Amino acid sequence: MRGRRQGLLQRIPWTLVLFLAAAAVPWLGSRYYTSIATLIAIDALFAVSLNLLLGTTGLVSFGHVAYFGIGAYLCGILMKTYGVPFTLALPGTVLGTALFALAFGFFCVRLIRIYFAMLTLAFSQIVWAICYKWNGVTGGDQGLPDVPYPDFSWMSAVPGLDHLRVDGQFYLVTIALVALSLAAMRRIIGSPFGRMLTTIRENPERAAFIGVNVRAYELAAFVTAGAFAGIAGALFGIYSRGVFADFVYWPKSAEVMIMTILGGMGHFWGPVVGAATLVLLNDQITAATQYWSLVLGVMLLALLFLFPGGIVGGIVAGFERLRRWTARRGRA
Amino acid sequence: MLEVRGVSKSFAGFSAVAEVSLAVASGQIAAVIGPNGAGKSTLFNLITGHLQPTSGRVLLDGRDITGLPPHRICGMGMGRSFQRTNIFPKLTVFENVQAAFLAHRGHGRDFWSRSEDLCREESLDLLASIGLADEAETVAGTLSYGNQKQLELGIALASDPKILLLDEPTAGMSASETHEAIALLARIARERALTLLFTEHDMAVVFSIAQKIAVMHQGRIIADGEPQAVRADPQVRRVYLGERP
Repeated sequence: MRGRRQGLLQRIPWTLVLFLAAAAVPWLGSRYYTSIATLIAIDALFAVSLNLLLGTTGLVSFGHVAYFGIGAYLCGILMKTYGVPFTLALPGTVLGTALFALAFGFFCVRLIRIYFAMLTLAFSQIVWAICYKWNGVTGGDQGLPDVPYPDFSWMSAVPGLDHLRVDGQFYLVTIALVALSLAAMRRIIGSPFGRMLTTIRENPERAAFIGVNVRAYELAAFVTAGAFAGIAGALFGIYSRGVFADFVYWPKSAEVMIMTILGGMGHFWGPVVGAATLVLLNDQITAATQYWSLVLGVMLLALLFLFPGGIVGGIVAGFERLRRWTARRGRA
Repeated sequence: MLEVRGVSKSFAGFSAVAEVSLAVASGQIAAVIGPNGAGKSTLFNLITGHLQPTSGRVLLDGRDITGLPPHRICGMGMGRSFQRTNIFPKLTVFENVQAAFLAHRGHGRDFWSRSEDLCREESLDLLASIGLADEAETVAGTLSYGNQKQLELGIALASDPKILLLDEPTAGMSASETHEAIALLARIARERALTLLFTEHDMAVVFSIAQKIAVMHQGRIIADGEPQAVRADPQVRRVYLGERP
């Protein structure tokens, strides 16, 4: 009986269910829910891209925000300054962000552990400083306001979508892009390339002596993670209706790392859960109290001691214990 | 097969390995012995590219491999196991060996196939031949110490090496584990016509399987030859086998 029930549970395509549920949000009719859901989707993509480094390859990047910010600025500049349509601006952004990640990563992977982390932070601060000061291109401390929404007129021709407001339409495009990106990253992690990355995380010395060129693979992971962070950044710039220097400022690197660790970096969906948790809690708690950072700090402390595997890690361990317990009772 | 020519390595003035020359013929089982700190592990690291020699050359099959990075040397047919057990602890036993196959066969650049489906049979066959078939789904880090050493050998074999360097393959093993490990090694070497170069503390082990022994002392090789000759060498007896003058 239990076996059959479990089989049924496993047959349900959960990711599809999740996607359809997420896609239904604009029909709730609340601008506020749509806004929160868009933010969760973007942050989820950003956090999963970080976890490609953190959880899969074992590289601690304190400067992942650089690629998020570069993505936001590139897409914003292309769309606002040059009037490039979103459909061209996005691929251009991905390519551009990947090139920046390649250039910075080339130096970062030459260092290990804390030195690697510090260099990623240094590059992200350099990017921030340039964005903050280069008035002619990035708008300096004024930022780049009024990045236009992409043209969604085609969507109004689709039956069922024609009544959606523009924020609802943007949300649908966002979750479609996020879903595609997550699917691609999942595929990459499950590929032989992804397996090589996990061997580097587990034991770089041994990885080299099964024939893995550790630096080259780390660089490839760095560029891939950067490119996906760039997509998240591009979406965030449009969502915020403007790109500003604090998109590239280091606390955002910390925030995305908190999301990843909070959700659980040992699991693909961990960062997604972490992003959703942090965005929702931030939203609820800042409404109730001004001590949001205190609440967050206490929560993190509790989590790190009680569930070192994050929320998803804790849930998985809980299920495992439950399964063993019911198995023992079944035998008795 | 392997030739080390006058290799030296010094760390900040301390000479860890000095003018070491050593040749291992194809199919030979050779051992490097010597007291702790004699420079055996350093010598291995110089051969496998983990360290760069200060001077001297290392040749594999007549090709100069001095200063190449480990992953290139591994690709040229040299496998190695480490003194501290060196596996991928959070992957399963199967994944450990499979990863080595994937890397060796050049699948690593493939970022779109599903890795589970690749190199399955080879991996399972290899696990069977090293006696770990029943542990395929076990998380490697939870294996017993002896089994982890076996797995490490399996990882090295997956790269289909011509020569295998083993740094203390029986370190930390009980007497029965040592016996099994050596029997396994000897069988694998015979089946695959492998050349072996290993370091070892246990003299019974060394004299039971080595066809050639080099003795290191304070970074130098003080004797090199067949086991009987080495055993009889007066200098070796004095500095290593514990005989008082």
